[in-house]
Parts: sequence; structure tokens; C-alpha cells
Amino acid sequence: MRKKYCLLILTFMLLTRCSEKKECCVQPEQSTVTLNFTHHWNELQITPQDFNEIKFTNENGEQLSIEKLRYLISNISLLDAKNHHLIDVGENAGTSITIPELTDESYTLSFRFGFSNEDNTDGTYQDLNSASFSVPEMLGGGYHFMQFDGKYIDNNNEASGFNYHTIRAVDRTDSDNLKFEDTSFEINLGTIVVANTTEIEIKMNLAEWFKNPNTWNLNELNTVLMPNFEAQKMMRENGETVFSLGVVN
Amino acid sequence: MKKPYIYFFAFFLFTFCSSKEEEIYTPVPYSLKIPALFADKLIAPIIPADNPLTEEGVALGKKLFFDKKLSGDNTQACASCHSPKKAFTDQQQFSAGVQGEFGARNTMPLFNLAWNFEERFAWDGKEFGLEQQALEPVSNPIEMHANWNLVVQKLQESTEYPTLFLRAFGTSEIDAKLVTKAIAQFERTLISGNSKFDKYLLGETSLTQEEQNGFNVFMDEAKGDCFHCHGSNNNPLWTDNAFHNNGLDGTFQDLGFGAVTGDPNDNGKFKSPSIRNLAFTAPYMHDGRFATLEEVINHYSEGLQKSSTIDPLMKRVNEGGVHLSSQDKSDLKAFLLSLTDREFINNPNFQE
Repeated sequence: MRKKYCLLILTFMLLTRCSEKKECCVQPEQSTVTLNFTHHWNELQITPQDFNEIKFTNENGEQLSIEKLRYLISNISLLDAKNHHLIDVGENAGTSITIPELTDESYTLSFRFGFSNEDNTDGTYQDLNSASFSVPEMLGGGYHFMQFDGKYIDNNNEASGFNYHTIRAVDRTDSDNLKFEDTSFEINLGTIVVANTTEIEIKMNLAEWFKNPNTWNLNELNTVLMPNFEAQKMMRENGETVFSLGVVN
Repeated sequence: MKKPYIYFFAFFLFTFCSSKEEEIYTPVPYSLKIPALFADKLIAPIIPADNPLTEEGVALGKKLFFDKKLSGDNTQACASCHSPKKAFTDQQQFSAGVQGEFGARNTMPLFNLAWNFEERFAWDGKEFGLEQQALEPVSNPIEMHANWNLVVQKLQESTEYPTLFLRAFGTSEIDAKLVTKAIAQFERTLISGNSKFDKYLLGETSLTQEEQNGFNVFMDEAKGDCFHCHGSNNNPLWTDNAFHNNGLDGTFQDLGFGAVTGDPNDNGKFKSPSIRNLAFTAPYMHDGRFATLEEVINHYSEGLQKSSTIDPLMKRVNEGGVHLSSQDKSDLKAFLLSLTDREFINNPNFQE
């Protein structure tokens, strides 16, 4: 008899506890969002299999290949804390960023290409140091924003290397008084609605780096661009139109 | 009547447990001595979950590293080609195996291996993981030319090794996998991070004018531009551990990384070695073709050979390179030698 009472009480307690939970703890729905960075040469999507072959033609008419493509983005708006991500296209590393437990609602999707001056502090990010992504102190330190290496067919009809490396622009006219210009920039891809699992494609069109508004002449600007103040500013201007929102589902 | 059986069972259980307890030995975790600069600048070293460092494992690995039983005719140990006093090289262009045959690659130095984040080892990246790497030279016919089964048998029959394996790995049954695990543990302790330049970065010493200018040449994209592949003050490994064609040849006898990946775009690529301890690791390059640092610097300055896979970071290839001034070359050498770590080569923990 005593056992039966105990069972009844226990069942009652369990039931009331469950119903209480249902009433008191309604959680807003949460979703996982995945940002997929894809890379394109105009309409053609690029994978690592497209690397190392001189098969692309830039706005200036120069044929070129991609051998290495690594770039840094920071402060994705969907993440709360300060954040940065190194994307290595050739190694297919970092191209997908998963953001778990995001409350279902509308968000502005934005991020920064490179680091702002405030975040671009020399030597402080172990992952970037380990990836050899630093900028020499003589150029103000901090980190690369992008390393885009390849070969192009030059005016002598020979394959030559180019290093389209973007960093914070530095004017070294007076080596004792370096002048900097923040060449990182924010990309705002508009409003997205997060519900259930959302996949968001962010497209980088590499052709834009050579196109708009500055038609890039690789025969003139190919290597040693890091200390080139004017080149860095031009690269920043061209970068404005490189990213766009792709498929969202 | 039941009780006597219970007592008998309890006694049996007790004696069984106590004898088992005697056999189980828990190895002592090994505390890796990570230089301050490494701890500050780099992500954590790679220690496989299935092969944590222990005092007993490292000591066993060291003993095996110096033991000639690992070769077919008991004449060579790992240390025969990887001498601690030479930053774990042998200062030969190519090393002779137990039968006097020579390979086609220069012996690589061994240090800071736990920070090879991609875990591709050897000049051509053919070995994935240190444990895997340690397997190959033992059985390679032009190196130690041993049969692993016979090596294991020799170790198993020794008076010392079964107990050492029991203490390190909980079993006295030796196999090749445990041997390479122990050697890899020892190799992960080979850390070099106390050169003059490290001390300079820690504010403990200053550089000469030549060393400082040499560092600037190293870091200047218009001059040496060495930092893109060989680290910097923010990457104290002084290597990216990646594979590059640095313009040694116009055509390739040795495909290097390309022979491993099967991708012709990787032909002629070899791992960037660390530029630490160059004072001890001559000759240089994957085939030891350069006897001196002057030859190395001259190669990058004037000797680049064009090929389809040459790295785009190699500048002015049509002119052979960037043509450094004599002063810059000399200063660059002075800087490179400031990465000499004598404490490393004399560390008693690494000697036989």
C-alpha cells in the first residue's frame, strides 16, 4: 500500500514539474547559420582545381593564374564578440563558418575585409602568427588582409609572378614618421532572416580586384605592392565591389 | 553453507586485484618546456591524443633514438645521421646507409617539430605525422635497412626494453607502433628557441648594426622578402612548413612534393626549412647543393631558375633575382647566424 502511495506522489510531482516547465520556459527558436564563402571569376565559380593554370583574363586584358589565395575577414555581425577568420581558398580551409544557436529573427549581415586599425595590432593573434600572415614592422606591423599570388603573361609574353598583397596602407616618405591609412573596409550584405538552418553564400568575385574603379595593369603593378601606398589605396577601392550576397536558403 | 563460498570468492577477488595492481604503472606526464616567445606568439604544439608525452615515453624514445639495434646490422641509430651537436643533421650532402648507399636528399635537422601544424614531414612531405615518419628510415634499404619484425624481436629479447615499454605504455609487448610512438615523443621535446635573436626579441640583448640591417633585408619585400616563407619576429619557427619551388632548377630530376601529391603543379617543390641553427646544418637545400650560406644567398639574389612551378614570391626571375648589394648579403648572413642556438645543441637532455 505504501509503495502505491509513493508511486502516485512521484508521478504527480513529475507531471506538475513537466507542465510547469512548459509554461515557464518557452525559449525562442534558435538556428544554426553557415556562411559559405565561394570564389568566382565573374560568372565562373573557382575551386582549388582551377588554381595554377593561366586561364583567367583581367579587365586590362592580361591572362593570369591563381596560385595562392588567403584573406582575412573580421567582426562578422552575426557573432557577438570580436572575431576574425582566415580563409585559405587553395587549401579549402576556413571557407565555411558555422554560427550555432542564433535566435530566429532578422539580422544585418556585415563583416570587415581585413582588420580595422584598432584590431590590427602587431603579433597579438596566435593563429595568424602561426599562419605566417604578419606584416613587417617596417610597414607598421599588423597583418596581411589578403595574399593573392599567381602568374600573368607579361608584355614579353612570358609568365611572371604577381603578389597582390593587401595590408594597411603606409606612406614611408618619411621613414621616421610613417603615415597610415586604414584600407580595411566593411562589407554590408543587407538584411537576412534566420529561421531553421540557414545557409548563406558570400561570393568573392576575384575579377573585381583588377577592375573597378581602377583598371589594374599587372605589367606595372605586380610585386612589392605592400610598401606601395598608392597601390594599397587602389586595391582598397577595387575591393569595395568584390563581395556580394549569393544564395540564401 | 553459503558463507564459506562468499569468503573464498572474496579472497580470490582480492588476490587477483592486488596482483593486477602491481602490474599497472601510470607514467608521469611530461611537461614540455615551451619557450616564452613560442607560448606568446604561436598556437599550441601538436601532441596526438593517442600519444601524450610522458617522462617514461620520452626517456624510452631517447634511448631508442640512439640505439643501433634499430638498424639491420646494428651499426646505425637515428642519431647516426641526426647528431645533436649538429642540430640533428650530419653535415653531409647525402648520408650513407648501413650498406654504404647514399640517398638523394640532405638530412633534415630536427627541432620544433611539434609546431609543424600541417604535420607533413620530410623534404617532400611524404610522411604524415611524426610517428609515421619514424617508421620509414628503419626499413628503408638505403638507410637503416632493417626488418621491423627483427628490430622488435631484438628489443623484446633485451633485458631492459620490455620493462621500459611496460612503464611507458602499459605493456611489455613491443611492436613497431610503440617504438615510433616513443621516438616521436622524444622528438617533440627537441625545442630550439634560445638564440641571440630570441634574446633580442625578449629585450635581453641588442643586435649589431649588421644583424639589424640583415633582419631588415630579410623582412623587406623589395630586397630579401624571406619572411613570406621563413617566418618573422611574430613566427619564431622561422618557417611556414609549406612547400615551395624556390627556383633551384629549370627542369626537375627530383619532383619533390609533386611525386607525393601526383599533381604536376607541385613538381620541384620542397619544404621550407627553418632558418634556425644554420651554423650547424650545412650543406643547404633538399639536395645539399650549397656548401655555404653565401651560396644560398647568392642563389636567391642572382641564381633563380625559371620553371612553370616557380613560386610567384620569387622576384625578378628573368634577372636571376633581386641582386642584393654585397653589404646586404653580408648583413643578411649576420642576421641568419643570430638564430644560432648553442644551448640547443649542447642540451644534456638531447645527448646520448
